[in-house]
Parts: sequence; C-alpha cells; structure tokens
Amino acid sequence: MTKATAAIVGSGNIGTDLMYKLLRSEAIEPRWMIGVDARSPGLKRAAEEGLSASAEGVDPLLDQEERPDLVFEATSAAVHKQNAPRYAELGIQAVDLTPAALGPAVVPAVNLGERLEAPNVSLITCGGQATIPMVHAVSRVTEVAYAEIVASVASPSAGPGTRANIDEFTLTTSRGIETLGGARRGKAIIILNPAEPPMLMRDTVFCAIPADADRAAIAESIHEVVADVAAYVPGYRLRTEPQFDEPTAVSGGLARVAVFLEVEGAGDFLPPYSGNLDIMTAAATRVGEGFAQRIVSQRAAS
Amino acid sequence: MPYSADLDIRLTDSSLRDGSHAKQHQFTVEHVRSIVAALDDAGVPVIEVTHGDGLGGSSFNYGFSHTPEQELIKAAVDTAERARIAFLMLPGLGVRDDIRQAADNGAAVCRIATHCTEADIAVQHFGLARELGLETVGFLMMSHSQPPEELARQARIMADAGCQCVYVVDSAGALVLEETSDRISALVAELGADAQVGFHGHENLGLGVANSVLAVRAGAHQIDGSTRRFGAGAGNTPVEGFVAVAEKLGIRTGVDPLKIIDAAEDVVRPVMDGECLLDRLSLTMGYAGVYSSFLKHADRQATKYGVSGAEILLEAGRRELVGGQEDQLIEIAVALAEKASAQSASAGK
Repeated sequence: MTKATAAIVGSGNIGTDLMYKLLRSEAIEPRWMIGVDARSPGLKRAAEEGLSASAEGVDPLLDQEERPDLVFEATSAAVHKQNAPRYAELGIQAVDLTPAALGPAVVPAVNLGERLEAPNVSLITCGGQATIPMVHAVSRVTEVAYAEIVASVASPSAGPGTRANIDEFTLTTSRGIETLGGARRGKAIIILNPAEPPMLMRDTVFCAIPADADRAAIAESIHEVVADVAAYVPGYRLRTEPQFDEPTAVSGGLARVAVFLEVEGAGDFLPPYSGNLDIMTAAATRVGEGFAQRIVSQRAAS
Repeated sequence: MPYSADLDIRLTDSSLRDGSHAKQHQFTVEHVRSIVAALDDAGVPVIEVTHGDGLGGSSFNYGFSHTPEQELIKAAVDTAERARIAFLMLPGLGVRDDIRQAADNGAAVCRIATHCTEADIAVQHFGLARELGLETVGFLMMSHSQPPEELARQARIMADAGCQCVYVVDSAGALVLEETSDRISALVAELGADAQVGFHGHENLGLGVANSVLAVRAGAHQIDGSTRRFGAGAGNTPVEGFVAVAEKLGIRTGVDPLKIIDAAEDVVRPVMDGECLLDRLSLTMGYAGVYSSFLKHADRQATKYGVSGAEILLEAGRRELVGGQEDQLIEIAVALAEKASAQSASAGK
C-alpha cells in the first residue's frame, strides 16, 4: 500500500471541496466521508466518488476494524473538541480545519516539517494561512516588532460559524502572527465585502521594520515564500511589489513594508472567489500529505 | 411620539470619534477635556469618543492613535457632568474585551457598526453590551448602497441581537433627501416598538442638515452630528447648524443654540487642523458613494505615488470597497502609478 487512508469528518462545503483535492493526491486515499444528515449533498457526492459515506457521525467510523490513518475535521470547533480525544486515543492523526485550536498551529510553508509527528494540528484561520507566511518571510530577514494583517473576503464565502464568532478569527489569527509568523506583536482585521460579482480574497500584510533594514533582502524573501505557498495554493499571488514606507508620525514612528496578496480558489467545489476557503482545504491537503508520507514510510520500514 | 418628555430627538456628537479621522487620530486628553466640557455645557446629551475606526482602530491600516483611546474615554467620562459618553466598535477589528474595558472606564453607550449587509457579525457584541448594562446603538454603514427593504432586514438582525436603536449611516454622504427618509421609514416600519431608528449624515453632497430633518420627519429618534462638521470626508452634519434649524422647526433637541454656536467657534475649531471642506475630493466621495474615512488616506497615497486622489477614490467606488478597506487604496495608487509610467514610457517611444 502506497497511500495513507483518510476520513473527512464534516460533509459541508469545506469537507466536499477537500474531498476533491484529496482525490487528486498521490499520498492520500480519501476513503470515508462522515456527516450527520443523510440528505447532505456532500455525502451524495462522496458516494458518487466511491467513498464510504455515512450520516451516522464518527462512532461507526471509530468502532470499525479498519480505521483511517488520518482524519480531516471540517465540522465545528465544538464538535472537534468532542472528537479529538478519541482520534488521539486510537492513534489517528488529525488535521483540524475548525477554529478549535487544540493542537499546535501549522502553516505548511512555515513549520510543517516540525509538526509531522503531532497527533493533532490546527490550521488556524484562512487569514492566518494567507498572511503568516509573509510575516515569516520578513521576520527571517529582520526584526518585526509588530505585524498587522487585513483580510478582505467576499460576504458569501463567510459562513454562519465565522459570522457568529468573528472575535475568534481576530484573536486566533493575531496569536498565529506572533507564534508562527515571528512578529513580537500581531493584529488581525477581517472585512466582509458584499460586492457583486464577489471579490477574490485579498490580504494585506503590514510589518514594522527597522528603518535601516535590508529592503532588497526582504523583497526577495517575500517572493520566495510566495512561491512556496503557491506550490500548494496555485491561486496565491502578489498583487504588486512589496511597498516600503519611511517612519512617520501616523505610522507610530516605525518603517514598514506592505505586502498585497490575492488568493483565487482552484474551484474544485467552492467558487474561485472564495480563496479564503480554498487556502484552508489546500493547506489541509498539504499537511495531510506530509503526515501520509511519514506514515507510509514508517509502514514500509516496519 | 417624542424621544422623551423633554426631547423630540436625541443628539449624539461625534466630533471626538468621526473627527479623529480629520485629526489623523492625534487627539490628546486636553482636546477631549475641552470639547467635552463645552458640548456638555451646551446640553449635548451624548458625546462619542473613540479612534475614528472604533475600538482597536489604532493601526497601520487606519493610523496609530496619539493617545490610547481608552485614556480618552476615561478623560471624557471624568469631564462630563450631564452627557453620556459613547464609543464605537467594529466587529472584525475590535473585540469583546475592548467593550469590557470601555465599560470599565465609564462609557455608557456602546455603538456597534457593520457594513449594512453584514449585521450578523455583531450579534455576540450586542449580547455582551447588554449583559454589561450598556445602552446599545447599531450602525448600518454605507446605507446608500442598499435599498430600504434590505436595510430593514439587517436592522431586524441587530434589534433581535439586543440593539436598542439602529442607525441608517450615510458613511459616504451620498444619500439625497427622500433616499434618506425612505430608508428611515422602512426601518421604523420594521422595528416598531422593538428599537428606535437613528440617522448619521455626512456633508459630501452638502445635505447633512436637510437629510437629518427628513429623517426626523420620517420617524428617527436619534440624530448624529459633529460640532463644526469635525468628521470624515466633508465632515458630519454640523450639530450647531442642525440645532438652529431644529429650533426653527419646533424640534426639541435640548441643546442651547447660542452655546453650541460658541462652542463650535471657540472650542472645537481651534482643535481642528483645518475646516472640513466640500472640496474636490470630498465631493467626489459623495458623488461616487465612497466611504468618507478614505479621504485622508487617499490624499496621502496620492501624494506618495504622484497620482490623482480623485482617481483613487473613483476606483475605490468602482471596486465597491467597504469601510475598513483602507489598505486597498495603497494598492490602487500603486496600480495607477504603474499605469501612468507605462503610458509615459510608450509615449516616449
């Protein structure tokens, strides 16, 4: 066997989009799709693709003899908090796409290599996946005392869960900018824009930098990391060259670099404008593949 | 039905919040003390004090505050003898802890703003504000961009979440007369006795006072203004102007016209860096329906990249940017500059 097996828990939009990405993976075989509503279109699509689709929740999946190597959780923070200990007990590695933030945070372009053995990893937020790589790109070149991100997403791509818990987005993303991005202090802002036709996800990353920082080296580092992310999120790109500003009174006396990003979704299931959702399923796929390669090589060695 | 036994409508002065945009967020404790004392003495019942973009607004994107806003709120609360102190917050930027801190500092009115199609992101914040015993106001920003029925639907979401007065907020100063009253009427019809309705006007088409009068006639119970128009874009509805007109129309505001006229000239004006003018850029905003707070940002990027500020604002209108997307103005300016240099290069060939 050359692929690791996976279950997708949560048959909504995210789970369905993730399924199509996993079906193309050379390292993962998505075998189960778990929902809670037999009428869920996601379960129907999963059955059509040959997955074992169940509306009975995770119990039957975990009770059966043959269990998945990996599980992708695309339910809600509350459900993941219930399920996570059970996955851990059974030795099933979990990739968490909910905002539960139980396991360590992972952004593939920044720290996947350090987290390949973690029983549970958190994908933070869509804004975090898009912007933390840029903070990292700057902070590996020079000191970043403060980083701030503005994520603008199309209204129809922000679901009821995000809307009811918008503080979780700002707080979780701010923390990720610090712990993973390497900024001493982080701040996150999210804007929902209802323009029609819907706008592509846009992200702006501001980093405070020393006035004498090596700007060419910063710009080069940004381009490198953009390419790293684009390797697993093809629609991830710069809108323009990084822009540098001298310190001013209004900037709090700090010089800064500003990075302008756009994320176009692959359109696997979700519409291309929802780059915010695509970057989550694309990052989950990349993390899952990292886990799968390790699992398969261990299996081969034993 | 009047606002109360003594007032037909209740005024909120926003010069220490919306004026923060015009002041590039450089308010000091002294500015706040002097303005609050003068407005309070004139009988202004509610005074709003916060960073222009609400709690947590001090940032690269919107401009860093000279003095932390919570200190300004505290100074306002200390100074006011009669007026209630209000603060603004935008979900997605500020968080619930910011509301708790403002309440701890003595603010009494929590005003929560969302873009006018996104009221449901404010549900958790209205819930907390009511729990803390704060009076609540909801802001439907950029109200010109949606028809009355959609605004009424969004107002219902806010009222159900615990909002006691929903404002039609003309952030772009783009509403023209009946466009204001039609929206107010729709909210009044939807909300009935569940919540009041308010109007927040800007001067980008020179209609702040006129729109506010029509709002009152359509059933609004709360009206916003800024003394001396001290606000974003061409400024807000001038409180002193509205008070004078209201008196002539027999609308009781509780504000002394002569005292507020003096406060505008002697106290507020000296704090302002310049008058809020209906000039090319601010008129362009009203004309194109662009968020008033973009003014200073567009102006700054136009200078930095050597492009037209009016063109930046027109492009912002074309892209249908909403409040908060100040970052995109930089990207627009860069794109305009690149286009201009490509054109001059090809012209040189």
